[in-house]
Amino acid sequence: MSSTSSPVTTASQSASAQATGGSKGAPRLRTPRKTHVPGRPKRSVLLTVLTGLILVYTVVPLLWLVISATKSQEGLANSSGLWFSSDFALWDNISETFSYNDGIFVRWLLNTLLYVVLGAGGATLLAILGGYALAKFTFPGKRAVFAVVIGAVAVPGTALAVPTFLMFSKMGLTDTPWAVIIPSLVSPFGLYLMWVFATEAIPTELMEAARIDGAGEIRTFFQVALPLLAPGTVTVLLFTTVATWNNYFLPLIMLKDPDWYPLTLGLDAWNNQAQTIGGDVIFNLVITGSLLTIIPLIAAFLLLQRFWQSGLAAGSVKE
Amino acid sequence: MTTLQAPAAVEGRPARPPKRDRRSWTGWGFIGPFVAVFALVFLAPIVYSIYLSLFRDQLIGGTTFVGLDNYTQALKDERFWDSLARVSLFLAIQVPIMLGIALLIALALDSGRLYGKDFFRIAIFLPYAVPAVVATLMWGFMYGTKYGLVGDINSAFDVTLPDPLSSDLVLASIGNIVTWEFIGYNMLIFYSALRVIPNSLYEAAEIDGAGQFRVITAIKLPAIRGALVIATIFSIIGSFQLFNEPAILRPLARNAITTDFTPNFYTYSLSFNGQQHNYSAAVAIIMGLITMVIAYVVQLRGMRKGA
Repeated sequence: MSSTSSPVTTASQSASAQATGGSKGAPRLRTPRKTHVPGRPKRSVLLTVLTGLILVYTVVPLLWLVISATKSQEGLANSSGLWFSSDFALWDNISETFSYNDGIFVRWLLNTLLYVVLGAGGATLLAILGGYALAKFTFPGKRAVFAVVIGAVAVPGTALAVPTFLMFSKMGLTDTPWAVIIPSLVSPFGLYLMWVFATEAIPTELMEAARIDGAGEIRTFFQVALPLLAPGTVTVLLFTTVATWNNYFLPLIMLKDPDWYPLTLGLDAWNNQAQTIGGDVIFNLVITGSLLTIIPLIAAFLLLQRFWQSGLAAGSVKE
Repeated sequence: MTTLQAPAAVEGRPARPPKRDRRSWTGWGFIGPFVAVFALVFLAPIVYSIYLSLFRDQLIGGTTFVGLDNYTQALKDERFWDSLARVSLFLAIQVPIMLGIALLIALALDSGRLYGKDFFRIAIFLPYAVPAVVATLMWGFMYGTKYGLVGDINSAFDVTLPDPLSSDLVLASIGNIVTWEFIGYNMLIFYSALRVIPNSLYEAAEIDGAGQFRVITAIKLPAIRGALVIATIFSIIGSFQLFNEPAILRPLARNAITTDFTPNFYTYSLSFNGQQHNYSAAVAIIMGLITMVIAYVVQLRGMRKGA
């Protein structure tokens, strides 16, 4: 994406050229008449209402999920989707979700946590190290590494799934947690974000100073670079966590044993079971389980707002 | 890569002081782990996939080398072309709608004319944190004409809305789910890019008396062209890879969503239901090439306009 960075600079330069170029044609008379205070535009009710429509679109399904999680299986069938039914079954649903089928949901939750800690955590670590290397070192083959990684972003990830499955199957890794964790370790987007972030956040002089003071490369990295990379790290960690937590296709292919399922696959299995003739109809558990699955991520995004938004903003400087 | 290039680097640049040369290798210590795992889960499968696609597994004679036969077969395969046509239609309609709305919201947020801007930004982004499985299950329930929201509307207003999961509408219904999932994510990409436009540009426009609309077309849109191109490329890749939503929705709409609904669904079915790994690899490679070519063309075109 280095190729994208320079054209954007030209784009904004040409924008400024256009803006100043436009001044010749624009009627200068209008300028003094403007009573507009710079930086504080007037708020618009109409614009707020229009944006509110999109807000309704994004929030109503989540509201539906919360409301539906309070209903029993009968309540789901007999009441309107956007209002509560007479019986409030949320607590029953939650305890049944956790206890159904010998507490398999808890097992799925723990599996998901395992995949996130090792997969997303590992991916973030590799992205930090790699991004730091790309930003602060010149090394033989750097261009090749960069080109290959960026090219790989355009390769449809799922196109690789079948050969990866066959390879892992020969290595005896399928149906083990490793089959999910190892492919999760690589995040080209995370590498890109860390590269951009490290370029901006770590002054080269600071690294030089550390080296002059006799710090080795490893110490320079841990004591100088790593603290400065914290906001970028939170961003990458959050996005790799979402990717791992929400992963469906990879575990679907790799795992047969429900004991290793992550939450996504487990919920899908419950839903399929309810759709099969003669299967135990547990839509209330599918819905409550879905709600429980999304709460941790939504909480993380809300609590860590300050960090990941500044990280993303830094990422877009280069974009 | 390391071992291959080491002698070349030394021979090629004998004038370089050895100390500096050694120093330049330290970068590999940091990027090495990424490259190693990348080679295992990206490069090796690509190579293996190409290898697989050149063979055919037959009942009589076992695995034989067939050259490009799998590719010629795929290019004549109507099921493949139908699925490709379906995702192309999806791409042509869903992506512009999603990116268009995302851009409008980003511009609205950036204009500073909204009440409760921060709330809008975070609330519209939230669906991104919802897994495709949950999003699809949720919308699948709501699409229900009997117990879902569609059913509620039908009974409340005494109308009969068309079934969103019928074969005519199912692609649009999937498009709606994907739009819902990614509208906030794209909005945030655009918004982040808008935030870093230098203030001096706006001041210049102010002096020139440029109106809001002119500021958007002359300053904001050109300045975030990079973000627009990247979001478009990601959306193209996403559309061509479409699998999760139709696969999860399928139990609700078995007749409307076939196992060759999208190219990715088709390669999956070939491999895991039909055991045709070799043919499946060829189809996946063709699909990958098409995706890469289109992504590349979009990038070239998108960037050239800026230069």
